[in-house]
Amino acid sequence: MTGLVISGITKKFGNFTAVNNIDLHFNKGEMICFLGPSGCGKTTLLRMIAGLEEPTNGSISFDDSDLTRVPVHERSIGMVFQSFALFPHLSVGENISYALKIRGYSRSDCEDRARVLLDKVHLPGIEDRRISQLSGGQRQRVAIARALALDPKIFLLDEPMSALDANLREAMQIELRQLQQELGITTVVVTHDQTEAMTMADQIVVMGNARVLQTGAPTDIYKNPANKEVASFLGTSNLLPAKVTSDTTVETAGHSFGVASIGGFSKGDEVLLMSRPEDVTVSVDEQETADNWVSGTVTFIRDIGAIIEILVDCGGHEVISVITPKDCPDVSVGKTVSVQIPKSACHVLAN
Amino acid sequence: MSEKGIANKLLLLPSSLVIGAFVIVPCALVLLASLASISDSEGWVFALDLSNFARFFSWFYIERALFSIGLCMMVVVISLLLAYPFAYFLSGFSAKVKNIWLIYILAQLTLSEVLIAFSWQILLSRKSGLSNILVSLGLFDKPFAMTPSATGVLLGLVYLVIPFMILLLYPAFSRMDKSLVEAARTLGASPLRSFFTVVVPTTKSAIISSSVTVFVLTLGAVIVPQVLGAPKHWTLSVLIMDQAVFNSNVPFASALAVVLLLLSGGVIGTIFFLGKGKTA
Repeated sequence: MTGLVISGITKKFGNFTAVNNIDLHFNKGEMICFLGPSGCGKTTLLRMIAGLEEPTNGSISFDDSDLTRVPVHERSIGMVFQSFALFPHLSVGENISYALKIRGYSRSDCEDRARVLLDKVHLPGIEDRRISQLSGGQRQRVAIARALALDPKIFLLDEPMSALDANLREAMQIELRQLQQELGITTVVVTHDQTEAMTMADQIVVMGNARVLQTGAPTDIYKNPANKEVASFLGTSNLLPAKVTSDTTVETAGHSFGVASIGGFSKGDEVLLMSRPEDVTVSVDEQETADNWVSGTVTFIRDIGAIIEILVDCGGHEVISVITPKDCPDVSVGKTVSVQIPKSACHVLAN
Repeated sequence: MSEKGIANKLLLLPSSLVIGAFVIVPCALVLLASLASISDSEGWVFALDLSNFARFFSWFYIERALFSIGLCMMVVVISLLLAYPFAYFLSGFSAKVKNIWLIYILAQLTLSEVLIAFSWQILLSRKSGLSNILVSLGLFDKPFAMTPSATGVLLGLVYLVIPFMILLLYPAFSRMDKSLVEAARTLGASPLRSFFTVVVPTTKSAIISSSVTVFVLTLGAVIVPQVLGAPKHWTLSVLIMDQAVFNSNVPFASALAVVLLLLSGGVIGTIFFLGKGKTA
């Protein structure tokens, strides 16, 4: 199989299992994000692809060649670390051409390559600066340039945006994605920021507790989360405890809801009714005759400028609705409202 | 000056007084004494008499000075070669193991120079020393004394300073970003390569300051060279003590001390000057 193949990978540190029997396959040239909370095993998995950790079990291969026992310095990888790990005793240019220098490339080759790479990361002309003179954003770009110096086959990034300011992060996410697409390099990014994953990735691997919870394209996972962990981690989700009443309906807060798909559940099962805030409509009119509605009391209104979040208490459970200012109904805290969730937006998840 | 400024300056007063009283004043006294001479009738005679310094410029003393500096530099280099890799690996251990080692090394510092000197004398002796082990291993026919000798002095001094060298180098490794080595590995450097191209340059300033500190420490050692070495292996510090205590010639001893101070100042200055450059 071409591409990156991870097969039965397990990593144990003594009694603690950091990565538990993971199988993944990615095509060449894809950008993959390992997404999950701290401690879910995503960084350990990345480090095993890099060769910085040896798997307890399983194998990793790229383009049909087995990488599992190959030492780090013999793999064709480029890695950007969370702290960037730029060499303080070398200049920017020397940092970038380090990989070439230790392989015996000539000085002029090293300088040329550093120049080309600095242009690629939009930082021309700073070859002679010291690392201590660079800002966080500049350091990240230099770290990226350094990792790509020898055109590696796999590009790995460990929480690359965490050391940057919030406003810089979003710009860099787009830039990194554009660079990756331009170079067509197989890239794996580890992050705990779901916006980052959704902005950049072709495929997201949601991880939790040393396992893979779900793999797929960002919008697929967002629209069809496999379970409540994925639903909560990727975007905001409304989770209402419900009971399955038929092949197409569940009951919650005293009302019946038609659902998109009942999945593998049967009548009487205790489940969660999941919906996304942008699909939830809040209105002041009584909706006695409409389907898929429940009444509640507004507990909080969050006006963040571009969008307005309305938090409604429906029978003891919180439902969040997100709406643009121009479509916002006339609601205030304490008002009784009707909350409608269309059938297509209702998903059934295990409790 | 603002109130805060005055307060800050006042805070410097206690330590300045201590440094002034216990460092500058004695140094000034030594300098003064070196310019004195001894007369049989009156004891010390203070004058701007450079005869003590003239006496230094005989081959005997010059050779001692060169020997002292050469010996101490060798001690620094050997202890550096031993302590550096050790401190590097130590910084990579788990917290529990690290602490056990650090306590053990710190405990070495409680050993006085006298204890070390006499213990090594026994270790290097003919009757009960290391050579007996070598004989039982079949490497030698007869046990032999390894002291007094220059090698004995060297061994004793290296043993004396290694804990200092380790503890002086350790903070630099502890502070170093561990992912620097990993980054070098991902860029294609073998473990050895990444050690020499990343670890060593990053800890350069620590190497220099630790070496200078250990050099000064070694230069001031008086017991080990005296116990483990014959008079021809004595360092300048031993001679200073010898002159001051046993010959009661404090002015000459002071002169030797001033020379020692100037020489070590010169060596330290040169090391710093050469070590300057693109540091972290």
